[in-house]
Amino acid sequence: MSDTNCYHCGLDCNKNEISFDEKSFCCNGCKTVYEILNSNELSCYYDFETSPGTIPTDIKGKYNYLENESIVNKLVEFNDGDISVVEFFIPSIHCSSCIWVLENLSKLNNGVTTSMVNFPTKKIRITFKNERVNLKQLVELITSIGYEPYISLDDDAVKNKKIDKTLIYQLTIAAFSFGNIMLLSFPEYFELSADDFWLEKYKFLFRWLMFVMAIPVVFYSAKDYFIAAYKGLKHKMLNIDVPIAIGISVLFLRSTFEIILNIGSGFFDSLAGLVFFLLLGKFFQQKTYNFLSFERDYKSYFPIAVTKIVNGKETSIPVKDIEKGDRLLIRNEELIPVDGILIAGNAAIDYSFVTGESVAVIKQSGDKLFAGGKQTTGAIEMDVVNTMSQSYLTQLWSNDVFNKTNEITIKNITDAISKYFTIAILAIALFAGIYWYFTNPSMTFNVVTAVLIIACPCALALSAPFAIGNMLRIFGYKKCYLKNAETIENISKIDTIIFDKTGTITSSDKTQISYEGKVLNNSELSAVKTVLRASNHPLSRLLYRFISENTLNVEPLYFDEILGKGIEAKIEGYDIKLGSASFVDSNLINNNETSIYIKINNDFKGCYIFKNSYRTGVKEVFETLSKKYKLVILSGDNEGEKPYLEKILPPNTQFEFNQKPENKLEFIKNMQQQGAKVMMIGDGLNDAGALAQSNVGVAISEDVNVFSPASDAILDAQLFNKLPAFIALSVETIAVIKMSFIISFCYNVIGMYFALTGQLTPVVAAILMPLSSISIVVFVTLVTNFISRKL
Amino acid sequence: MEVVYITIGVSIVVAVFFFIIFIKSVKSGQYEDTYTPSVRMLFDDELVTDKKQKQTK
Repeated sequence: MSDTNCYHCGLDCNKNEISFDEKSFCCNGCKTVYEILNSNELSCYYDFETSPGTIPTDIKGKYNYLENESIVNKLVEFNDGDISVVEFFIPSIHCSSCIWVLENLSKLNNGVTTSMVNFPTKKIRITFKNERVNLKQLVELITSIGYEPYISLDDDAVKNKKIDKTLIYQLTIAAFSFGNIMLLSFPEYFELSADDFWLEKYKFLFRWLMFVMAIPVVFYSAKDYFIAAYKGLKHKMLNIDVPIAIGISVLFLRSTFEIILNIGSGFFDSLAGLVFFLLLGKFFQQKTYNFLSFERDYKSYFPIAVTKIVNGKETSIPVKDIEKGDRLLIRNEELIPVDGILIAGNAAIDYSFVTGESVAVIKQSGDKLFAGGKQTTGAIEMDVVNTMSQSYLTQLWSNDVFNKTNEITIKNITDAISKYFTIAILAIALFAGIYWYFTNPSMTFNVVTAVLIIACPCALALSAPFAIGNMLRIFGYKKCYLKNAETIENISKIDTIIFDKTGTITSSDKTQISYEGKVLNNSELSAVKTVLRASNHPLSRLLYRFISENTLNVEPLYFDEILGKGIEAKIEGYDIKLGSASFVDSNLINNNETSIYIKINNDFKGCYIFKNSYRTGVKEVFETLSKKYKLVILSGDNEGEKPYLEKILPPNTQFEFNQKPENKLEFIKNMQQQGAKVMMIGDGLNDAGALAQSNVGVAISEDVNVFSPASDAILDAQLFNKLPAFIALSVETIAVIKMSFIISFCYNVIGMYFALTGQLTPVVAAILMPLSSISIVVFVTLVTNFISRKL
Repeated sequence: MEVVYITIGVSIVVAVFFFIIFIKSVKSGQYEDTYTPSVRMLFDDELVTDKKQKQTK
């Protein structure tokens, strides 16, 4: 860090410091933001946090497509001619100052009526007047202050998807009824003498009130259990919902009979309590991460519109309307939406989101461009070869894996045990019924229903939701975000772990550069660096930053950059040739690695090799995991780094190189057919198929807010070395659930004693039911917290 | 003791009233974002003091 930091974004100002208003800024963008905020009296933005802003990006022309009516209509949520409402996802919202400045948009532009930020989901909802401002100006405004909205093809499809709140309503009703029924059932529990006058007089009122309140609990709150039980039976499966549904209906019917025939007060409080606890477990398990999406496919990564050139004129068209043969203009930092052929311009395509490879690929006119790459140096023109759905990358999504419908055959640990459980319960009820029929027939109904009631596996059904729900939270807190509860169970079952290489076990934001060859002296290094300064090639820029010598104060006498080959330059008496092996010296053979060769004064010096640096702890992670799991490296790259990897990774690791996205998918499918339970760890869109096919797909993400392909779990890249710990913890969680199963069986045995001897009175049920549920919840919560403390 | 009819009636009416209020607030989206309003509330003050400072200058 140097002495001056940018007033806006807090970054090091380096050499090109800009002074304005007695403050220093690192770039013009930051200065502009300051100017905008300052002139609108929003400068106290800077008081909230020191350097809260982000660096605005260059956006000229990028949002021209927002002038296209049909695209605007797709984005805008509401438009009545005067006023429009639009909602944007803004990944860069990160602190309270962001909320403040974004909610004061109306001060920056008088066309904005209101703007509301939803911080957890990183969304802003803007209401604006159509006559004063249009969507394009609006987007440019918020982009210019550093909050670029993320507009993708995905925004085009689903809109206004409602959050399902049914569970909340069901839970509320159950809680409401539970509380009130408990209150109303108390008098009879504390009945001291059977002929209490007041109680005799009012107990009918109390009982019928309880009955009325129990009706919505059974028919609304608990309806999902009946539906699930019915579906399970239809598929000949005894899932956990079957005994629950039996329990609930028996509770309700017996209680109703009791109050109609005036035998007793019924079990309405236990019934409501049971449903309440069950729903609470369900609710607790439903941990969702608002700001994450586990369903992203290429659509949420691809742009919504692209610039098409027709007769030399630029027009914006939706990406879906691209046709074969169209001429497209791709600006700097824009994404290539379809496969095509480069026609004009310097193309340096960054495929990091697709392959994880951080170094951009240089293409020349006539080269084929694949969809999914991001252009990084200036504008290019390309001819379309394939439409979007037929492009090399997007074809992957037509595979059946992505059209899997949710079947209810998913067997979780609770359902697996409930099969035996249900059969046992029914058998016990049957034998008890037969026994009592011959000893005391009047007790038969009582005992059989009591067995079914007490066996209702409330504690059993609660173990898994609370254990897993709590784990989900702990994982999320540690930045490993799981899609749903099943993921933990699936992780605990895996026996094979497959890693993608680039971007997964290598870090995509750091590149290691090493030099091989004759040592260069200081003045030679300075000369090389000066030459590199003039080049825009991504490798040149990386190398420029890598060489620590100072640049010379002279410009090269001669400079020629041949695209895709290298640079030839004359400077200070040096004759420098930089570039690919064949360009520098035809006798050299390319070593299969990304490298820059150097020749000075016709003397070959050596080469700089660019390697993706491996994430910290890769070696340890593999060593730990290799003890328990079969490990595979599945990479789309060539075998260049195989020798190195073989050296650092455990000997039983399997290597598969040159795998296309479809190959990866097939590879996993084959393994699964051989009975393997596979966990795939990948990062890019090219792993999407493999992630979907695998039993557990884990996406590694440098920035969880930006983009990750559809997966079951998203792991923050910095926590890669914690991977074994997460896996071990999932296995332990399942062990905890099994332990709590044993405890809940104990409760059932106790309850069964009361039931079989015909002693199950409402008060016993009312004590036993909540006691077992609460103690199970406490047990699993404490134990899961305990085992995860080392994380 | 007929008063029991009234007290129970009242208590249930009150309970149902709060129940309906809660359902309404869930429907209106009050619980969807529980963080931002807490921050927003603090900013209203900041803006006012800022303006005052400008005036006194």
